[in-house]
Amino acid sequence: MTSRSGTVAEPVEASEPGAHGYRRPLTRADHVAMPNAQVMTYRQALNDTLRQEMIRDDKVFLIGEEIGVFEGSYKITAGLLAEFGPERVRDTPIAEEGFTGAAIGAAMLGYRPVVEIMTINFTLKAIDQIVNHAAKIHSMFGGQSSVPLVLRTPGGGGQQLAATHSQNLEVWYAHIPGLKVVAPSSPADAKALLLAAIRDNDPVIFLENLALYNTKGPVPDGDEAAEIGRAAVVRAGTDVTIVSYSRGVLTALEVAERFEAEGVSIEVVDLRSLRPLDRRSICASVMRTGRAVVFEDDWLTYGIGAELSATIAEGAFDYLDAPVRRVAAAEVPLPYAKPLELAAMPDADDLARAVRELLQDTRFRK
Amino acid sequence: MSTIQPETSLSNHLHDERAIPTEPMVDGTSVPPGEASADFLQLLTPDGHRTPNADYDPWVADVDVASLVRLYEDHVVVRRIDTEAMHLQRQGQLGLWAPLLGQEAAQIGSARSLRSDDFVFSSYRENAVAYCRGVDFTDLMRVWRGNSHSGWDPYEINMAIPSVIIGTQALHATGYAMGCQFDGGDQVAIAYFGDGATSQGDISEAMVFAARFQAPVVFFCQNNQWAISEPVERQARIAIANRAPGFGIPSIRVDGNDVLAVMAVTRRAIERARTGGGPTFIEAVTYRMGPHTTSDDPTRYRNKEELDEWSVKDPIKRLEAHLSSMGALTDEVRAEVQAKADSVAAEVRAGTLGLTDPESLSIFDHVLSTESSWLERQKSQYSAYLDMFEGGAR
Ligand SMILES: Cc1ncc(C[n+]2csc(CCOP(=O)(O)OP(=O)(O)O)c2C)c(N)n1
Ligand SMILES: [Mg+2]
Repeated sequence: MTSRSGTVAEPVEASEPGAHGYRRPLTRADHVAMPNAQVMTYRQALNDTLRQEMIRDDKVFLIGEEIGVFEGSYKITAGLLAEFGPERVRDTPIAEEGFTGAAIGAAMLGYRPVVEIMTINFTLKAIDQIVNHAAKIHSMFGGQSSVPLVLRTPGGGGQQLAATHSQNLEVWYAHIPGLKVVAPSSPADAKALLLAAIRDNDPVIFLENLALYNTKGPVPDGDEAAEIGRAAVVRAGTDVTIVSYSRGVLTALEVAERFEAEGVSIEVVDLRSLRPLDRRSICASVMRTGRAVVFEDDWLTYGIGAELSATIAEGAFDYLDAPVRRVAAAEVPLPYAKPLELAAMPDADDLARAVRELLQDTRFRK
Repeated sequence: MSTIQPETSLSNHLHDERAIPTEPMVDGTSVPPGEASADFLQLLTPDGHRTPNADYDPWVADVDVASLVRLYEDHVVVRRIDTEAMHLQRQGQLGLWAPLLGQEAAQIGSARSLRSDDFVFSSYRENAVAYCRGVDFTDLMRVWRGNSHSGWDPYEINMAIPSVIIGTQALHATGYAMGCQFDGGDQVAIAYFGDGATSQGDISEAMVFAARFQAPVVFFCQNNQWAISEPVERQARIAIANRAPGFGIPSIRVDGNDVLAVMAVTRRAIERARTGGGPTFIEAVTYRMGPHTTSDDPTRYRNKEELDEWSVKDPIKRLEAHLSSMGALTDEVRAEVQAKADSVAAEVRAGTLGLTDPESLSIFDHVLSTESSWLERQKSQYSAYLDMFEGGAR
């Protein structure tokens, strides 16, 4: 498997289609059937889960800018300062590298810091601490120290926040061995993956999305954590697979809905975890449909879609009826003006166009 | 011919006057970071009384009544623009606005101390600095309307577009200054940043470089007591100005609501930089009277007493009292200044409302300064796509 020059990727075995199971996204209708679930926003699910974990484990604490008195730039930490006090909800100086590095030190002592960085754009100030330290310490210490840290941060353009505040840079972290990167797309997953991230002994980048905070869905009570590294088929289909994550999953579901009316059955795979990547579930889905489109919010070149396309080429090449299609942002610094932002960001129409072209290229007939 | 003698040159250096970092007005480490009443230079008291100061009076000796009236006009005009912009934002005409209410003197006093070929690196709140540099406010509004990332020609105005990633511009100012030094010119760079920004490594690193290379740069920190909802005590335990001497940079705290004092210290710092004396750190102690931006409500995190306390120290009231005491604030002066402010505000409003959306295809402009076939391809594909829509979607 490993040669002297590095990793040689082998075809992905996905002999048992569906081995990783179907997991429909929970909908409002499920709520009726699930007496132990409450419908709430993604924001509320995060807030409740932070509270729940802080009650469960007094080693869990929160650290970041404006998270206490101001309750977070996006109000994810609402009420937590009042409930847990300033020792466990720490408002910090404006120094992302400073508090990320300090959180790493606390984690090395056995604390479980949950760091909030206002947006993924500002994690660039902390990138040395994340990549050279959080991701390396366990390995370089010969396994004798670990960094059970969670770094929560939202990505997501489209809010007219201009070029330095609108980027989707998760692929930078997904590239790094020693990190885990998760990206929930629903309130239920926001909870299940945050539980998993906080309880994980390794550093986890927990990617939120500005466009998801107000989305609603049922969230089960209790404390069942997700398994990090498992994708989910959130909509079953037979003709085309769309692979996406975070906000992109909602767009994929919307497009799947549109095509259903035309008799085209689209399967949607929600990655949930960017690292580790659930290669088997992705390939298993493509083996069922024979057509794949990847939808990503980041830039095309060297993006998440590049990894997914390679994965599919390695694991399901013989099943493909056409090359994998990728839909990503225009390769420009994200614009500021609304019409330009709309032009640069990938949306449902772009995705639908790629799906339609793929169907035409493969002479799809109902 | 010279031989290097490390020991002697080091000890000489220690006795070199320039190497003594603290200015007389800065006290030791006892000043809390938010303290406003003590240990800073003030030339105009809040009630407009002129207090003499032997060290700094010479730096503003030329500021006569006519100059003071012009400074007063600057204050009234920028505050009027600020009010207009707040209204425009509330009316949905601007995406966001970061008001400078209360910080006029700090910005005007410093910006009016610069030569036109000095270069400004600022953050997002330095709208009065932009005004003093001669930025056309329609161009400034272009940015706040979310119309374009930048509005003016930085080399015409000698001011970079604002950096919104906190603290970064101090490094750019330092590098620009090192370039001026290398070119043998006598221009100076000035970096504006807030109290919150001083926590960023960038500011410390900028000071390391500026000190090491004796770069002609002025660090101008507006300590407006708040960084969004975090009071300055969250950033620092002692007065921010007191950090600079540790880097080997002389520093001074000044009453940031006193335009005359701000002018005196900035002129002195600029002169020091221009004549090879290296960097200076200025902490202008002021107050953000309004919200951080139009998207937050400060009553949620700070109390009214604080606001009341600071409104007594308002920079405009102070100038008015001072001018009145000299008999210079006549009804004519007031009327003229008000008329100018109203007409500038009207221009700003008309200019803002007249801004049109840019063309979709312009997203590919300026990605690189050289041609790129990959960009060209993207552009032609996107153009073909837009052509598919009836009437064109550009
Ligand atoms: C690197 C980075 N971190 C966080 C932010 C978010 N942010 C924007 S303004 C601000 C407060 C800055 O306060 P200060 O430096 O005192 O300037 P002021 O707003 O008071 O003028 C913060 C934290 C940012 N823009 N960049
Ligand atoms: Mg401030």
